[in-house]
Amino acid sequence: MDFTFLGDMFASLLKGLPLTLNFWVLSLLGGGTLALILNLMRTTRIGNAVAGAYVFVFRGTPLLIQIFMIYYGLAGFGFVRQSFLWPFLREPYWCGLLALILNDAAYTSEILRGGLRAVPKGAVEAGRVSGMTRFAILRRITLPLAFRQALPAYSNEVISMLKATALVSTITLMDMTGIARAAISETWRAVEILLCAAAIYLAISLLVTRFSAWFERRLSPWHFGRTTP
Amino acid sequence: MEFGKLALLGFGPEGWGLVLVRAGLMTLAVSVAAFVFGLGLGILIAWARIGGNAVLRRLAEVYVVVLRGVPDILVIYLFYFGGRQVVTAIGTGLGFEGPFDISGFVAGMLAIGLISAAGQSEVLRGAYQAVPKGMVEAGRVVGMTRLTLFRRVIAPQAMTTALPGMGNQWQSVIKETALVSVTGLVETMRQVSVAAGTTQEHFLFYAAGAVIYLCITTVSDQIFRFAERRSLRGHPQGGM
Amino acid sequence: MTLTRSTFLRAALAAAVALTAAPVLAQDKKLVFATEGAFPPFNMTRPDGTLYGFELDMLDEVAKRAGFEYEVISQAWDGMIQGLVDGKYDAVVDSVTITGKRLEVVDFSLPYTTGGSTFAVMKESGLELDGTGTFVDLTEEAPTEAAINAIAEKLAGKTVGVHVATIQADFLATYLEPKGVTIRTYPNGPDVYQDLMNGRLDAGMASVTNISAFLEKNTETAMATGPSFKGGVMGAGAAFVVQKGNAELADKISAALKSMSDDGTLEALSNQWFGMVVTPKL
Repeated sequence: MDFTFLGDMFASLLKGLPLTLNFWVLSLLGGGTLALILNLMRTTRIGNAVAGAYVFVFRGTPLLIQIFMIYYGLAGFGFVRQSFLWPFLREPYWCGLLALILNDAAYTSEILRGGLRAVPKGAVEAGRVSGMTRFAILRRITLPLAFRQALPAYSNEVISMLKATALVSTITLMDMTGIARAAISETWRAVEILLCAAAIYLAISLLVTRFSAWFERRLSPWHFGRTTP
Repeated sequence: MEFGKLALLGFGPEGWGLVLVRAGLMTLAVSVAAFVFGLGLGILIAWARIGGNAVLRRLAEVYVVVLRGVPDILVIYLFYFGGRQVVTAIGTGLGFEGPFDISGFVAGMLAIGLISAAGQSEVLRGAYQAVPKGMVEAGRVVGMTRLTLFRRVIAPQAMTTALPGMGNQWQSVIKETALVSVTGLVETMRQVSVAAGTTQEHFLFYAAGAVIYLCITTVSDQIFRFAERRSLRGHPQGGM
Repeated sequence: MTLTRSTFLRAALAAAVALTAAPVLAQDKKLVFATEGAFPPFNMTRPDGTLYGFELDMLDEVAKRAGFEYEVISQAWDGMIQGLVDGKYDAVVDSVTITGKRLEVVDFSLPYTTGGSTFAVMKESGLELDGTGTFVDLTEEAPTEAAINAIAEKLAGKTVGVHVATIQADFLATYLEPKGVTIRTYPNGPDVYQDLMNGRLDAGMASVTNISAFLEKNTETAMATGPSFKGGVMGAGAAFVVQKGNAELADKISAALKSMSDDGTLEALSNQWFGMVVTPKL
């Protein structure tokens, strides 16, 4: 094995790390916010139907097709190019981010919905009895309980999104995967390059797994001191 | 978009309808093959993690962690670029005369199956562990053999628990097949890209592709739900 | 339970099928050629999946003269050369230009087009480069520098799109990127034109032949501009690609190309597909 090459490769792949992290963090933030809105919408009948259709479409189709539809598909319409959104949609960065946010929101909203369903009715009633406002109940009872419930599933989604960011390389963006693809076509040393890139992604997702396991334990006071969960 | 453009999706000589349907069937075929391959491997991995010795358990754990932590597209690329050397090595090892090649279909199936096996093994392991220990002990007490115990006590219950998770795994497999066009397989994603590039009607063809995927995911979702309802018959929470 | 058993059986069956399908022996005498099927007018795909274009017609004639049976498969550009190196097919015919770097891993036949490369822009952008219609040989230092400086001045701060891992991408990275031009690389060739028309790119770079095919459909809105670059990183023309050391096939193809060039067949094909002569005298 050629260690100088591997070293150089790691160095140049790491140049793509900021963009990968950027997409990852922002799509989780944006997706999480949108997921919350989708769940609030579910309290009305029409909102429920809209949110249901949204989740159905975005979970039922591959992310790659969503990225292409936003990047190449939308730009094909004249009115999109005339609109105020064009300065954003013109840039591959915003198209990629938009696709990731929309995709993440669909999955996260289902995870959150499962968490919300698991919130005991009694807890909410107790809040109401003690005179909390609806917003206070949401903020201090429902969401924290739902979030704790949804945490294991959500940490899977967090790792999925890290992996999903690799697909933005298909619309000319130079994230870690984009750099790896370009390097492959230049040097033809595909296996070494791909293994380097895989190692970096793996290291990050291991960190996340460790952190979320610790976080879950922290948020489960009733598990303290017990050897099995 | 004018409605005249919809003719591009038609079944006439100038329409792409027929090839899109064929590509959709190819997506379905490679998904089924990959899911089944992943199931076989997933069972082995789950078994290694539950009942294997320390080395096997460690190997299985590493496999799951690696495959779940690396982007699918990198795994598929690795499989495409590096897979042939491996196949040739195995082939010559078994005494066949080279050169060896694997078809786009087999390559896609193997790549997606390897990824899916990691997820499926986790679902299966979780389902196995959810079987109440008392039941297993009860079976042992009445003198069931290990096989009988598995066949009549563990498997039926674990299957009920595993079905929703397996449904999710199946849905992921369908969507992951959109990434295998590099192996040369003409499935839905590759076909809509070619059509979009040729006709310059990107939105139309990607939308058509999305509809094909939605059809496959919706129909299979219904089938899984039906199976879930059937498997819940006779359970206290059945008939939900 | 029956479900688990039957699915397991199916898994075993699929594995067995996979194993038996794996060794495909190369005793099949038909030569397999790979092309992209999305690079007009060299190679394109009809709705029914059949391939057509300049290279397909040329290949047909080459096969007749060299006396071999063949079939053509389509393969994405990503991994095209890798597939050849791996022996998935015998040759590539996809407007692949001969370059020193590629010669390290594969071999080429004689070239069949030598058109040079240039830029495409949208007319409404008002962008125009100097030297349209002239040729610049990248092996001649002084004219190259003058031409590059003139172009860099116009394109500084702008975005130019190009097909990934092509000689044009090499050219842009070598000559224009250091001078402040943003380069965007696309996995598929036609996407460059799509984004040019969408207004995401200020200019696109491709071979003269490829650009002329694009302009044919968009005469009203787009145009070619700037000199046509040849030599150096731009390589020595497009040729059939074969595996390293497969001189037998390369020679057979080269001999057929030579005879087609001698009797004017190649020139006629060029006129038919490009409306001009881009083929060399061999």
